[in-house]
Amino acid sequence: MKIGEIKELLNAELLCGEEYLDHDVFAACCSDMMSDVLAFVKDQGVLLTGLLNSQVIRTANMMDMVCIVIVRNKVPTEEMIELASDTGLVLMRSPLRAYEASGVLYYAGLGRREEDG
Amino acid sequence: MAENIRFHFDVDGENFTSAGEASVAVKKKLRQLGFPPDVIRKVSIAMYEGEINMVIHADGGTADVEVTDDEIVIILADHGPGIPNVEMAMQEGFSTARDNIRALGFGAGMGLPNMKKYTDEMNIDTEVGVGTTITMKVYL
Ligand SMILES: Nc1ncnc2c1ncn2[C@@H]1O[C@H](COP(=O)(O)OP(=O)(O)OP(=O)(O)O)[C@@H](O)[C@H]1O
Ligand SMILES: [Mg+2]
Repeated sequence: MKIGEIKELLNAELLCGEEYLDHDVFAACCSDMMSDVLAFVKDQGVLLTGLLNSQVIRTANMMDMVCIVIVRNKVPTEEMIELASDTGLVLMRSPLRAYEASGVLYYAGLGRREEDG
Repeated sequence: MAENIRFHFDVDGENFTSAGEASVAVKKKLRQLGFPPDVIRKVSIAMYEGEINMVIHADGGTADVEVTDDEIVIILADHGPGIPNVEMAMQEGFSTARDNIRALGFGAGMGLPNMKKYTDEMNIDTEVGVGTTITMKVYL
Protein backbone atom coordinates (compact mmCIF):
# COMPACT_ATOMS: atom_id res chain seq x y z
CA MET A 1 0.00 0.00 0.00
CA LYS A 2 1.28 3.49 -0.82
CA ILE A 3 1.80 5.89 2.07
CA GLY A 4 -0.44 8.33 0.21
CA GLU A 5 -3.29 5.81 0.38
CA ILE A 6 -2.83 5.56 4.13
CA LYS A 7 -3.19 9.31 4.38
CA GLU A 8 -6.44 9.19 2.38
CA LEU A 9 -7.87 6.18 4.23
CA LEU A 10 -7.19 7.72 7.63
CA ASN A 11 -8.28 11.18 6.57
CA ALA A 12 -4.94 12.35 7.89
CA GLU A 13 -3.13 15.66 7.85
CA LEU A 14 0.45 15.48 6.62
CA LEU A 15 3.07 17.08 8.90
CA CYS A 16 6.21 16.16 7.00
CA GLY A 17 7.58 13.82 4.35
CA GLU A 18 5.42 14.72 1.37
CA GLU A 19 8.14 13.46 -0.97
CA TYR A 20 7.68 9.88 0.27
CA LEU A 21 3.92 9.54 -0.29
CA ASP A 22 4.39 7.21 -3.24
CA HIS A 23 6.54 4.77 -1.23
CA ASP A 24 5.15 1.29 -0.61
CA VAL A 25 4.65 -0.19 2.86
CA PHE A 26 3.76 -3.78 3.69
CA ALA A 27 2.81 -3.95 7.36
CA ALA A 28 1.93 -1.77 10.32
CA CYS A 29 2.08 -1.87 14.08
CA CYS A 30 -0.04 -0.03 16.65
CA SER A 31 1.11 0.58 20.22
CA ASP A 32 1.85 3.22 22.83
CA MET A 33 4.62 1.06 24.34
CA MET A 34 7.81 1.47 22.36
CA SER A 35 9.45 -1.79 23.47
CA ASP A 36 6.42 -3.67 22.17
CA VAL A 37 7.04 -2.02 18.83
CA LEU A 38 10.74 -2.90 19.00
CA ALA A 39 9.92 -6.57 19.63
CA PHE A 40 8.65 -7.26 16.11
CA VAL A 41 10.91 -6.66 13.17
CA LYS A 42 8.86 -7.65 10.16
CA ASP A 43 8.81 -5.08 7.42
CA GLN A 44 6.62 -2.92 9.60
CA GLY A 45 6.64 0.27 7.65
CA VAL A 46 4.02 2.13 9.64
CA LEU A 47 3.68 2.95 13.34
CA LEU A 48 0.30 4.04 14.66
CA THR A 49 0.49 5.56 18.12
CA GLY A 50 -1.07 8.00 20.53
CA LEU A 51 2.24 8.61 22.28
CA LEU A 52 3.82 12.02 21.82
CA ASN A 53 7.55 12.31 22.43
CA SER A 54 10.85 12.12 20.62
CA GLN A 55 11.20 8.40 21.44
CA VAL A 56 8.37 7.64 19.01
CA ILE A 57 10.52 8.99 16.18
CA ARG A 58 13.69 7.27 17.41
CA THR A 59 11.87 3.95 17.75
CA ALA A 60 10.67 4.23 14.16
CA ASN A 61 14.23 5.12 13.09
CA MET A 62 15.68 2.08 14.87
CA MET A 63 13.13 -0.15 13.14
CA ASP A 64 13.69 1.39 9.70
CA MET A 65 10.01 2.33 9.63
CA VAL A 66 9.00 4.96 7.11
CA CYS A 67 5.71 6.40 8.36
CA ILE A 68 4.21 7.42 11.71
CA VAL A 69 0.51 8.10 12.21
CA ILE A 70 -0.47 10.00 15.35
CA VAL A 71 -4.04 9.01 16.20
CA ARG A 72 -6.93 10.98 17.74
CA ASN A 73 -5.71 14.21 16.23
CA LYS A 74 -3.14 14.69 18.95
CA VAL A 75 -0.63 17.39 18.12
CA PRO A 76 3.01 16.28 17.94
CA THR A 77 5.71 18.55 19.37
CA GLU A 78 7.82 20.73 17.09
CA GLU A 79 10.78 18.58 18.08
CA MET A 80 9.02 15.43 16.84
CA ILE A 81 8.27 17.03 13.49
CA GLU A 82 11.85 18.23 13.18
CA LEU A 83 13.33 14.83 14.09
CA ALA A 84 10.97 13.08 11.69
CA SER A 85 11.76 15.38 8.82
CA ASP A 86 15.53 15.19 9.51
CA THR A 87 15.41 11.40 9.37
CA GLY A 88 13.27 11.06 6.27
CA LEU A 89 10.06 9.91 7.93
CA VAL A 90 6.49 10.66 6.96
CA LEU A 91 4.58 12.05 9.94
CA MET A 92 0.81 12.51 9.85
CA ARG A 93 -2.08 12.90 12.26
CA SER A 94 -5.49 11.31 11.94
CA PRO A 95 -8.76 12.05 13.73
CA LEU A 96 -9.43 8.31 14.04
CA ARG A 97 -8.85 6.40 17.27
CA ALA A 98 -6.07 3.79 17.35
CA TYR A 99 -8.51 0.91 17.10
CA GLU A 100 -10.40 2.43 14.18
CA ALA A 101 -7.29 3.49 12.31
CA SER A 102 -5.79 0.00 12.64
CA GLY A 103 -9.07 -1.58 11.53
CA VAL A 104 -9.33 0.63 8.46
CA LEU A 105 -5.79 -0.21 7.31
CA TYR A 106 -6.18 -3.90 8.08
CA TYR A 107 -9.48 -4.08 6.23
CA ALA A 108 -7.86 -2.34 3.25
CA GLY A 109 -5.30 -5.18 3.21
CA LEU A 110 -2.23 -3.68 4.91
CA GLY A 111 -0.24 -6.38 6.70
CA ARG A 112 -3.05 -8.87 6.40
CA ARG A 113 -1.93 -12.45 6.55
CA GLU A 114 -2.63 -14.64 3.52
CA GLU A 115 -4.67 -17.17 5.49
CA ASP A 116 -7.06 -14.44 6.67
CA GLY A 117 -8.10 -13.88 3.05
CA MET B 1 43.59 -5.82 9.22
CA ALA B 2 42.89 -2.22 10.16
CA GLU B 3 42.52 -1.23 13.78
CA ASN B 4 39.17 -1.80 15.42
CA ILE B 5 36.71 1.05 15.24
CA ARG B 6 35.51 2.39 18.61
CA PHE B 7 32.75 4.77 19.66
CA HIS B 8 32.20 6.18 23.13
CA PHE B 9 29.17 8.05 24.46
CA ASP B 10 28.11 9.52 27.78
CA VAL B 11 24.41 8.87 28.29
CA ASP B 12 22.70 11.68 30.20
CA GLY B 13 20.38 10.29 32.84
CA GLU B 14 18.60 13.58 33.41
CA ASN B 15 17.29 14.00 29.92
CA PHE B 16 14.65 11.58 28.65
CA THR B 17 14.14 13.60 25.47
CA SER B 18 17.70 13.05 24.30
CA ALA B 19 17.78 9.36 25.33
CA GLY B 20 18.64 7.22 22.34
CA GLU B 21 20.91 9.75 20.66
CA ALA B 22 23.94 7.50 21.06
CA SER B 23 22.11 4.66 19.31
CA VAL B 24 21.03 6.97 16.51
CA ALA B 25 24.65 8.07 16.07
CA VAL B 26 25.91 4.46 16.02
CA LYS B 27 23.28 3.50 13.47
CA LYS B 28 24.38 6.33 11.23
CA LYS B 29 28.05 5.35 11.50
CA LEU B 30 27.38 1.68 10.80
CA ARG B 31 25.43 2.75 7.70
CA GLN B 32 28.36 4.82 6.52
CA LEU B 33 30.65 1.84 7.11
CA GLY B 34 28.40 -0.19 4.81
CA PHE B 35 27.15 -2.94 7.13
CA PRO B 36 24.09 -4.96 6.04
CA PRO B 37 20.72 -3.47 7.13
CA ASP B 38 19.77 -6.44 9.33
CA VAL B 39 23.04 -6.24 11.27
CA ILE B 40 22.59 -2.51 11.73
CA ARG B 41 19.01 -2.97 12.89
CA LYS B 42 19.95 -5.63 15.46
CA VAL B 43 22.77 -3.53 16.89
CA SER B 44 20.75 -0.34 17.00
CA ILE B 45 17.61 -1.84 18.56
CA ALA B 46 19.59 -3.67 21.25
CA MET B 47 21.68 -0.61 22.04
CA TYR B 48 18.64 1.68 22.05
CA GLU B 49 16.80 -0.52 24.56
CA GLY B 50 19.89 -0.59 26.77
CA GLU B 51 20.40 3.14 26.48
CA ILE B 52 16.78 3.84 27.43
CA ASN B 53 17.13 1.47 30.40
CA MET B 54 20.17 3.39 31.64
CA VAL B 55 18.18 6.61 31.48
CA ILE B 56 14.94 5.40 33.07
CA HIS B 57 16.36 2.92 35.59
CA ALA B 58 19.93 4.01 36.35
CA ASP B 59 20.44 7.81 36.00
CA GLY B 60 22.51 7.40 32.86
CA GLY B 61 25.91 5.84 32.16
CA THR B 62 28.29 5.20 29.32
CA ALA B 63 27.97 3.36 26.01
CA ASP B 64 30.92 1.89 24.14
CA VAL B 65 30.77 0.21 20.77
CA GLU B 66 33.65 -1.65 19.18
CA VAL B 67 33.64 -3.00 15.66
CA THR B 68 36.09 -5.84 15.06
CA ASP B 69 36.62 -8.05 12.02
CA ASP B 70 34.00 -10.54 13.11
CA GLU B 71 31.68 -8.89 15.62
CA ILE B 72 30.18 -5.67 16.94
CA VAL B 73 30.49 -5.36 20.71
CA ILE B 74 28.23 -3.02 22.72
CA ILE B 75 29.07 -2.28 26.35
CA LEU B 76 26.60 -0.30 28.46
CA ALA B 77 27.77 0.59 31.96
CA ASP B 78 25.99 2.46 34.72
CA HIS B 79 26.27 3.19 38.44
CA GLY B 80 22.55 2.79 39.02
CA PRO B 81 20.73 0.62 41.57
CA GLY B 82 21.67 -2.70 39.95
CA ILE B 83 19.25 -5.52 39.14
CA PRO B 84 18.38 -7.68 42.17
CA ASN B 85 17.00 -10.63 40.22
CA VAL B 86 18.35 -10.89 36.68
CA GLU B 87 16.38 -14.02 35.81
CA MET B 88 13.15 -12.24 36.68
CA ALA B 89 14.18 -9.04 34.88
CA MET B 90 14.83 -11.07 31.73
CA GLN B 91 11.24 -12.30 31.58
CA GLU B 92 8.94 -10.69 29.03
CA GLY B 93 6.57 -8.33 30.81
CA PHE B 94 8.57 -7.92 34.01
CA SER B 95 9.05 -4.25 34.82
CA THR B 96 9.55 -2.09 37.88
CA ALA B 97 8.71 1.06 35.89
CA ARG B 98 6.08 3.28 37.47
CA ASP B 99 3.20 5.08 35.79
CA ASN B 100 5.30 8.16 35.02
CA ILE B 101 7.64 6.01 32.89
CA ARG B 102 4.77 4.08 31.31
CA ALA B 103 3.25 7.40 30.27
CA LEU B 104 6.44 8.00 28.29
CA GLY B 105 5.96 4.76 26.34
CA PHE B 106 8.35 2.52 28.31
CA GLY B 107 7.87 -0.07 31.02
CA ALA B 108 6.37 -2.95 29.04
CA GLY B 109 9.10 -5.22 30.37
CA MET B 110 10.29 -6.02 26.85
CA GLY B 111 13.63 -4.22 26.69
CA LEU B 112 15.98 -6.85 28.13
CA PRO B 113 14.23 -9.72 26.27
CA ASN B 114 14.55 -7.68 23.05
CA MET B 115 18.25 -7.10 23.71
CA LYS B 116 18.73 -10.83 24.15
CA LYS B 117 16.70 -11.62 21.05
CA TYR B 118 18.56 -9.28 18.72
CA THR B 119 22.09 -10.11 19.81
CA ASP B 120 24.18 -13.28 19.54
CA GLU B 121 25.65 -12.96 23.03
CA MET B 122 24.51 -10.98 26.04
CA ASN B 123 26.02 -10.84 29.50
CA ILE B 124 24.65 -8.91 32.47
CA ASP B 125 27.06 -8.05 35.24
CA THR B 126 25.15 -6.35 38.03
CA GLU B 127 25.41 -5.66 41.72
CA VAL B 128 22.72 -4.05 43.85
CA GLY B 129 23.81 -0.57 44.95
CA VAL B 130 26.84 -0.60 42.67
CA GLY B 131 25.63 -0.69 39.08
CA THR B 132 25.11 -2.71 35.94
CA THR B 133 27.29 -3.49 32.94
CA ILE B 134 25.67 -5.16 29.97
CA THR B 135 27.84 -6.56 27.18
CA MET B 136 26.23 -7.57 23.91
CA LYS B 137 27.75 -9.01 20.75
CA VAL B 138 26.38 -9.22 17.24
CA TYR B 139 28.38 -11.51 14.95
CA LEU B 140 29.30 -10.33 11.49
N1 LIG C 1 20.39 -0.57 33.76
C1 LIG C 1 19.51 -0.99 34.68
N2 LIG C 1 19.69 -0.67 35.99
C2 LIG C 1 18.81 -1.09 36.93
N3 LIG C 1 17.72 -1.84 36.67
C3 LIG C 1 17.49 -2.18 35.38
C4 LIG C 1 18.37 -1.78 34.33
N4 LIG C 1 17.89 -2.29 33.17
C5 LIG C 1 16.78 -2.97 33.49
N5 LIG C 1 16.53 -2.92 34.81
C6 LIG C 1 15.43 -3.59 35.55
O1 LIG C 1 14.97 -4.68 34.78
C7 LIG C 1 13.56 -4.50 34.50
C8 LIG C 1 13.25 -5.05 33.12
O2 LIG C 1 13.91 -4.29 32.13
P1 LIG C 1 13.29 -4.22 30.66
O3 LIG C 1 14.12 -3.32 29.85
O4 LIG C 1 13.07 -5.60 30.17
O5 LIG C 1 11.84 -3.59 30.91
P2 LIG C 1 11.44 -2.08 31.22
O6 LIG C 1 12.60 -1.18 30.94
O7 LIG C 1 10.86 -2.01 32.57
O8 LIG C 1 10.31 -1.84 30.13
P3 LIG C 1 10.52 -1.67 28.53
O9 LIG C 1 11.93 -2.02 28.24
O10 LIG C 1 9.54 -2.60 27.92
O11 LIG C 1 10.22 -0.26 28.24
C9 LIG C 1 13.31 -3.03 34.65
O12 LIG C 1 11.97 -2.71 34.93
C10 LIG C 1 14.24 -2.67 35.80
O13 LIG C 1 13.69 -3.05 37.03
MG1 LIG D 1 13.63 -1.32 29.12
